[in-house]
Amino acid sequence: MKVTQSQFRAGLLDPSLPAPKGLANPDGAQASKRFDVYRNNVAVSLTEALIAAFPVIYKLVGDKFFRAMSGVYLRKHPPSSPLMMYYGDKMPQFLRRFDPAKSLPYLSDMARVELAMRHSYHAADATPIDAQALASLAPEKLMGTKFTFAPATHVLPSEFPTYSIYRANTVADAPKAVMRPEAMLVTRPQFDPKQTLISAASATCIASLMEGNALGVAMTAAGNELDLGATLGLLLGLNCITALT
Amino acid sequence: MLDASSDNCLPPLAGVGYKPQHYMDIIQGSGPLGWLEVHAENYMGNGGRPIAQLRQLSEKYPISVHGVGLSIGAEGDLDTAHLARLKHLCDWLNPASFSEHLAWSTHDSHFLNDLLPLPYTAQTLTRVADHIDQVQEVVGRQMLLENPSSYLAFVESEKDETAFLAEIVKRTGCGLLLDVNNVFVSATNLKTSPQVYIDSFPLHAVGEIHLGGHDEDADETGAPLLIDSHGKAVVDPVWALLDYTLARSGPKPLLIEWDNDVPEWAVLAAEIARADGALALA
Repeated sequence: MKVTQSQFRAGLLDPSLPAPKGLANPDGAQASKRFDVYRNNVAVSLTEALIAAFPVIYKLVGDKFFRAMSGVYLRKHPPSSPLMMYYGDKMPQFLRRFDPAKSLPYLSDMARVELAMRHSYHAADATPIDAQALASLAPEKLMGTKFTFAPATHVLPSEFPTYSIYRANTVADAPKAVMRPEAMLVTRPQFDPKQTLISAASATCIASLMEGNALGVAMTAAGNELDLGATLGLLLGLNCITALT
Repeated sequence: MLDASSDNCLPPLAGVGYKPQHYMDIIQGSGPLGWLEVHAENYMGNGGRPIAQLRQLSEKYPISVHGVGLSIGAEGDLDTAHLARLKHLCDWLNPASFSEHLAWSTHDSHFLNDLLPLPYTAQTLTRVADHIDQVQEVVGRQMLLENPSSYLAFVESEKDETAFLAEIVKRTGCGLLLDVNNVFVSATNLKTSPQVYIDSFPLHAVGEIHLGGHDEDADETGAPLLIDSHGKAVVDPVWALLDYTLARSGPKPLLIEWDNDVPEWAVLAAEIARADGALALA
């Protein structure tokens, strides 16, 4: 009576299935509760991994809701790699279509923020350029310059106040969020990812630069609202530019 | 088969599974500590604090790299991308030891994040031995293979776990990581004798011993069902089984594993002291 790993896995992920035949208690009887130990280990460990990945969403929806949601997520999207630090990459898409969370439409964008924080934390170290390198560029060259960013950099525009909601749930005495669009820059000046609230125009400019466009193109995309000096000052101050070409 | 003039050079002292919340206690050297073990997968990011901390710790302590995601017992092929990550980690860190589990966790490229059991047959023996050959060849060093905690038995199994492990050692030249808590948990769950298990275990191949805590439950018949949770202190019968083992094996590197509900450093330091006490008598 052979138990294949396909049968074993199917039983792990579907609690309505009986334990595979061929697994036994010490008295020789068909195992049932003993198989549940593995079922439970898989569900609990993946749920804990999601709680660790999405602490703000966990706080927003509460323990009971988060665990129930995780149960659906982990069966639909089991990890595709043993690197649990990146588990949950499909959460933004999942939350967009998860009906029970409909009343919190910003959860999907919050998942993108929390994934960005994680990826930033584990991103490769990078050496920033000296602020002088940018200041010393001839003005006629500046518009054609392309920027290389530290891998820990993420820009996250949202139609929801994700920056304020994140702070309200992680910083003591932070003000309550007001419903409005917000954009956020995630950087890692040293070891701790840092969030900065930026304007929509700044976000468009930085996103365009990160796609590999020259500064002139990024400025055009961002439009008249862009405060170029402030945007470049921010990028330099947060150690997120690593090369100019 | 690897030509294993053992690569594993952990000192025969007590070490602990590293948790980042204890970084300051450890780096400041609060109390005796022989070495540290890390879970390989936690250090497979591209940079940042985890890697910087590990680099610093490795300047002060011997490090054991303990993989939890390679799925050596899988029916399918090993994940070569994951194997390459393990090689990269071992290459830059040059750990004092590298170990993995007699278990599977990946099937059809789905990772299940648990150490799942396999039957002990001629077929699984060949598969596990082939996988270990591949690991040792790619990583370029001897690995230690850890005995699992068992909650149930496979009807199809043909061999005892100890005979299976002894044959794996013979075929591949790998070493073994003996988890005495797992021995105790499995023996209780499968109604066998933990001492008989130790008596038949190839102790000459043991490069490291694990100690951890377990939870107590019961199956549907009321029979005891112990669960390897790594969330508690080591219980007295497991310490006794350690003494029984050390009396036969001589001193070995001992590890306190405490992965869940991680306590403050002082609690771990007490466990380390107790393990050092057991070594002093060995």
